This record gives sequence, structure tokens and C-alpha cells, in this order.
Amino acid sequence: MSKLIQEIQKGRVLVSDGAWGTFLQKKGLLPGECPEQWNIIRPNDVFDIAQSYIEAGSDMIETNSFGGNYFKLKGYGLQAQVFELNKAAAEISRKAAGSERFVLGSVGPTGKLLMMEEVTELELYDAFKEQSMALEAGGADAIVIETMTDLEEARIAVKAASENTGCEVICTMTFDKILSGEYRTMMGISPAEMTETLVEAGAAIIGANCGNGIADMIGIVKEIRKVNAEVPILIHANAGMPQYCDGETTFPETPSDMAGRVKEIIDAGANIIGGCCGTTPDHIFKVHQVVKSF
Amino acid sequence: MNDLLTKLSECIEFGKINLASPYPPQMKGQDGADEITRLALETGVNPQDILSKGLMPGMERVGIKFRENKVFVPQVLMSAKAMSTAMLHLKPHFLSGAAKQKGTFIIGTVLGDLHDIGKNLVGMMVEGNGYKVIDLGTDVSSEKFIAAVKENPDAVIGLSALLTTTMVNMEKITKDIKDAVPGTLVTIGGAPVNNDFCHKIGADNYSADPQGVVEYLNVKFA
Repeated sequence: MSKLIQEIQKGRVLVSDGAWGTFLQKKGLLPGECPEQWNIIRPNDVFDIAQSYIEAGSDMIETNSFGGNYFKLKGYGLQAQVFELNKAAAEISRKAAGSERFVLGSVGPTGKLLMMEEVTELELYDAFKEQSMALEAGGADAIVIETMTDLEEARIAVKAASENTGCEVICTMTFDKILSGEYRTMMGISPAEMTETLVEAGAAIIGANCGNGIADMIGIVKEIRKVNAEVPILIHANAGMPQYCDGETTFPETPSDMAGRVKEIIDAGANIIGGCCGTTPDHIFKVHQVVKSF
Repeated sequence: MNDLLTKLSECIEFGKINLASPYPPQMKGQDGADEITRLALETGVNPQDILSKGLMPGMERVGIKFRENKVFVPQVLMSAKAMSTAMLHLKPHFLSGAAKQKGTFIIGTVLGDLHDIGKNLVGMMVEGNGYKVIDLGTDVSSEKFIAAVKENPDAVIGLSALLTTTMVNMEKITKDIKDAVPGTLVTIGGAPVNNDFCHKIGADNYSADPQGVVEYLNVKFA
């Protein structure tokens, strides 16, 4: 199978998948339940999610492994099953993707702060190494390190994945628009700072995920493009900020809202477009239709 | 003497922990919160003044800068570290009654949610502003909040959640607390929540940033 980056170099814009967390919740994942454990105890439900995005037209599918690192799984007493749960996650998505679509092994933050000495660099490296290798063993083509806010943790994750697997490494961080109108992660990192550090650490593709909706993502893509004209950019946008009504959270941006911004974000320089929290197969279907028309 | 307290407030504001700490670069080689607090106590500065004229103004300034997006989480964490170093010296004086905290704040991340960065930030900022903080940790049930408020009557409770999947638990926890101990005030925060949500679930206050919690407590404990 060719690499993502080769597809992008052909001038293609690719479509990624939508939300997993909010989808699992719809399928009955309870608060306090470990999402990654579903790869073993409810693999058919996880497969359904992967398949529904493939059917919607996604060129790639993530894995149900966002919180599958040692530190997060330890919170559920499942730290001995890091390899098993991640490998299963990749196998499920591989089955849905077949041989024609890409599988992106999802790797999220550990929740531990280096600067507060809650964890050492080596411990972080080992955790990301273990998770990435398990995702590769289950059939992942790429590792997508996502929702990062601390640049040092992101850099260590990129290094661990690129030095220990043959997968392409993608890294996306989560930015907010601050009062000055600029974009920063919670830890104060700008898109420009991210770009320089992650490309140097070995990331093949960089970008942004989660956040406040697709409109802000356009600004973030422009910021990245200002400092780097070449690096492929992946965007996984939320369907806006969650709203609460009658015991349920909903997301305001409809599939058409999202699709309506796709041309703009491609013009700004994005190469892969998908969704994050609150997006559904319908969002991805609409995005796919716009991308296809180019 | 005032000079010491001014210096201490700057150590808190800029996150200078002790002499050995290389952070922040512009204060390298200078005494930090650790040394200055010790010196202040040795030279007879009133512990209450150390808290209210040294630590609190520094913490307030960093809280305001955080709200204004002039500093980010790492700077606040360094300030909090400097503050807790100073607090270690003050602890005996709180116990003896020589220095008094303004009130008690009970904080926890709600049931089902294991995220603690935001909760810790708020806890540290509130402590640095002169309150006793009881941190119940993450994944905290209604029962634990209720037990803590029964042990500490008049405490205000802070609920934190990072996830859209766990923010919904705030509604039940708020209701349970208010049923068990009527009149208890509940303030909420976290990335997915807002003022509208706060009203819908019957909580008393929403703050978008830690300084907002401090300001709310300052009004309630005035």
C-alpha cells in the first residue's frame, strides 16, 4: 500500500474520519468506563463505528485507542493490557478499512505533566513506544498523535513512534483562540512553534484537532502555512462547542455547516480533513462529497 | 520588611521557587519563595502578613495574567509550585491560629472523569489566595463530596469536568449535595461547561478561569 504522503504529493485532498468518543457514548459507553476496553469486550460495536466512517467515504480510519497509553489505562487498572488493547484497536479498524484505506493508530496525551515532575521523559517515551508498536502490530499504517497541548510531550511521542515503528507519524495539537485573536494551546504553544519542533522531531504530517469548530481551523492552517509551505496538514475539527440540553450534550455544527467550510480550508492549505468531537458519519459524507468535487 | 513581602509576591508571580531553581531565567541566582518566606518568619514578620501581603498579591497577579491570556498553564504551575513551597513554612502558623485562612474550598473532578490538570490549577490558585483547600482528587462521587462538606460546614464546593461525556454528571452531583446539605454553594468549571449549563443544572456559579473562582469565593466569604 502506498503511503499517505505519496497520495498527498499526487495533489489529492484526503478525507479522514469523524468522532469516536461521542459515537461510543451513543452506543452505550458509560461515564467512567474505559473506551479502549471495548476493543476486547464489545469489538462489534467498535467495528460498526469504523465501518460507518468507511461507508461515508473516509479515506482513512482511526483506531479506538486514544487513551490507550500506560498512564491512562492505569486509571482503570488495565495497564497490563496496553499491548493487547491497542493491537485489538488496530485490528478492528484494519478489518473495516480493508487494504484500500489507511488505518491511523490514535495516540492521545498521558495527562501527566513533565514540568511538574509527574513523569520523566523516559517514562513518556516508553509509554508512547509501547502503544505505537502495539498499533503497528495490529495493522496501523500511520500513528496519529493527537489533542496534544504540551510541545515537549508531543515531541517525545513523535520521536517514540518514528524511532520504533515503520508507520508514518502524524501529530496534531489542540488550539484555542486567545483574546488577542491568536491561537495557542493550553500550554501556550503557537501553531508556528508546533510546526518547527514537530517537523524536526520526525512528524510526516502535522495539524490540529478538537478545538472550537471548523472556522477556527482555517486560521490555524494559515498560521502553519506561513512558516511551512510544504508539510502536509491534517485537520480533525469539532462540530463546534458542545451545548447542553435535557441531560444530553449536542454539538451545533451540522454536516452542511462543516462541508460549507471545506473549500476554504483546502484553499488555506489543508491536505487531510476529518472530524473530532460531535462529528458523525453524515459530517464525513458531506465533507467527502465536497472533496470529491475538486 | 515590606521589601521582603514585595519580593515574595514577585517570586509567586513569576514562579521563582528557590535559590537553586533556574526558572524564571531573569531571576536566576536570586532567593526564591522558599528562602524569602523563611527569612521573613525569622525576622519576625507576622505570618498573616506573609500570606495576605506576600503570597496573595502575587497569586492574584498571575491569575489575572492567566485570564488575560498573557501567561499560560506552565507559568501558573510554576507560580503554584513557588506558593506551595512558601506554604510549607506557614502551615504551623495556620495550625496554631497565628494566621487564618479565609474559608474552606472543597474541590474534585466529577465521577467518571480522571482529568486533573484544570482541577489542580484551580485548587492551587485558591490556596494561594488564602483559602484552605480540600482536594478530593478525580472520579469523585456525590457521597464523597457530601461527606467532605459535612466535615467542613460552610465550605464551598468546586466541581471540575473536562469531557462532554462527564459534564452531565455535574447535574446529579450538584443535586445530591444540595439535597444532603441544603445551602451548600457549588461552583463549576472545565472546558465544556459554561454559564448556561451552570444555570440549567442548578449550580451557583461558573468560572471560566481560576481567578474567577477566587473572586467568587472572596465575595461569598467576605
